[in-house]
Amino acid sequence: MDIVRSMKILEVKNLNISIAGTIILENINFSVEKGEVLAIIGPNGAGKTVLLKSLIGLMNYSGSVTWSQGIKRGYVPQRMDIETDVPLTVKEFFHLHESAPSDKKIIEVLGYVQLDTKILASGFGEISVGQRQRILVAWSVLGSPDVLLFDEPTADIDVAGQESIYNMLYHLQTNLGLTVILVSHDLNVVYRHASTVLCLNRQNLCLGAPREVLTPEQLLSLYGGEKAFFEHKHKH
Amino acid sequence: MNEMILPLLVAAFVAACASLLGSFAILKKMALVGDAMSHVALPGMGLAVLFKFNPFIGAVAFLIISVIGIWVVEYKTSLSLDTIVGVFFTTSLAIGALITPNQDLLEALFGNITELSALESVISICLSVFLIFALFYIHKKLTLCMISAEIAHSVGIQTRKLEFFYLLIFALAVALGIRFVGALLMGSLVIIPAASAKNIAKSLRAFLTWSMIFGVIAATLGIYISYSRKLAPGPVFILISSFFFIASLVIMQLRKTR
Repeated sequence: MDIVRSMKILEVKNLNISIAGTIILENINFSVEKGEVLAIIGPNGAGKTVLLKSLIGLMNYSGSVTWSQGIKRGYVPQRMDIETDVPLTVKEFFHLHESAPSDKKIIEVLGYVQLDTKILASGFGEISVGQRQRILVAWSVLGSPDVLLFDEPTADIDVAGQESIYNMLYHLQTNLGLTVILVSHDLNVVYRHASTVLCLNRQNLCLGAPREVLTPEQLLSLYGGEKAFFEHKHKH
Repeated sequence: MNEMILPLLVAAFVAACASLLGSFAILKKMALVGDAMSHVALPGMGLAVLFKFNPFIGAVAFLIISVIGIWVVEYKTSLSLDTIVGVFFTTSLAIGALITPNQDLLEALFGNITELSALESVISICLSVFLIFALFYIHKKLTLCMISAEIAHSVGIQTRKLEFFYLLIFALAVALGIRFVGALLMGSLVIIPAASAKNIAKSLRAFLTWSMIFGVIAATLGIYISYSRKLAPGPVFILISSFFFIASLVIMQLRKTR
C-alpha cells in the first residue's frame, strides 16, 4: 500500500502563467500521487481554472508540468455552453469518444453516474445542466483514465444535485481507484472528499491535508476579501 | 437534355460537399466564414482572367493563402474567427471587384456552371467526392472539436491541426462551388441546406443526411429550372434552398406546438 501511495503521477514545478501581461499564476509547485484526491480552492479569479487547464496543455505556461508516462486523463469542464437545439443525441455524444465505446460500455458508465439508459435517445442540448454534467463525467471515464480532472463540476447545479455529483465522484474514485484533481469552492466537499488541498490565490498559499492546513487564519487570508488579500501580498 | 447532365452531376456533388461542410460550420456557429471566404477567391479569379489561366487555380491559390493567414492570425491574436475573416475577406472582395474586368465580374459574382468544360466537370466531381470522404473520415473528431475544443483537446485531439485541415477543405469546396453559384452566393450554398437540416434534425446522423439531401435536391432542381427557363443557376438554387429553409422552419414550429 505504501508503495502505491508513493507513486507520483504528476509533478508541477515553478509554474508561471501570464495572460496579456497580467500574472495569473506565480511559482506554483506541487505533486500528486496515485489514488490521491487533490482539491484546488481559492476565491474567484485566483487562477484555479487556469491551473487546471495548464495541467492538460490547454494554456501556455513557463515551468514544468510532468505527468508520469502513459497516464490517461479524463477532463470535465466547468460548464459546456451548448445550444438547446444542437443536433446531437446523448448516445451520439458518447460515440464521439475516440475509444469507440460499445453499447455495453456506455450502459456501464451511465450506471456509474446513476442515469437511466432512456437518456441516450435525448438531445444533448435538451437535458438539464445537472444531467449534462453527469454525462460529461461518464464520458470522461469511457477511456478508462488513471486520473480525472474536474473544474468545479457543480457550478451551475442546485445543492441537492451538487451533493449527488460529489457522492458519485467519491464512489468513482474509490471503486475505480482513480486519482482525482478537482477545483471546488465548497469547503464541505473539500473536508469530506479531498485527501490534499491546494489553496490558490495567484500563488500557492497552502498545501496539505485539509484539516491540517485549512486554519481560520489561512481561510481568512484566502477568502477574507480584497483587504486581506492586499495585506497578504504586501507581506511578501 | 444531354448537355444538362454534366452540370447537373457537378452541381449535385458540389452541393453535397458544401452542405456537409456547412453542417460543421453551423455546429461551431461560424456560419459567415463561408460567405467571407468566397470573397477572397474573387481577386484570384480576377487575376486568372487578366493573365488568362484557369480561374479555379486562381481561386484555390488565394483561398489557401488566406486560410493559412487566418489560421495564423487566430492563434497569434485573441480575435475571433468571424472578426478576422470579416475584415480580411471583404477587403479581398473590394480588390477583386477592382481588378476583375467588368464583363467577367458578373460571372465571377454569380457563377455559371454551364461554362465548365468536360474535364473541369469531371475534376469537380472527383474533388467533391474526395472532400466528402475526407469530411466523413474526420467527422467525429470535428464534431467534438466544434462543440467543445477543450474536451477534444483533453482526449488528445490536435484541435489546431484539425481546424486547419477543416479550413483547407472549406477553401477547396469554396473554389469548387464558386463556379456554380458565384462569389456572392457561395456562403448560401454552404449554409442554407445545413441551417434547414438543423431545424428538423435531432441527431447528428439526421442532421448530416438532411443537409446533404437538401443541398442535392436544390442543386439539381436549380440546374433543371435554370435550363428550362434560361435563368442563372446560382440564384435559382438559392431561392429553392430558401424555400426548403422556410418549410423546415414551419415543420419545427409545428413540432413545438404539438
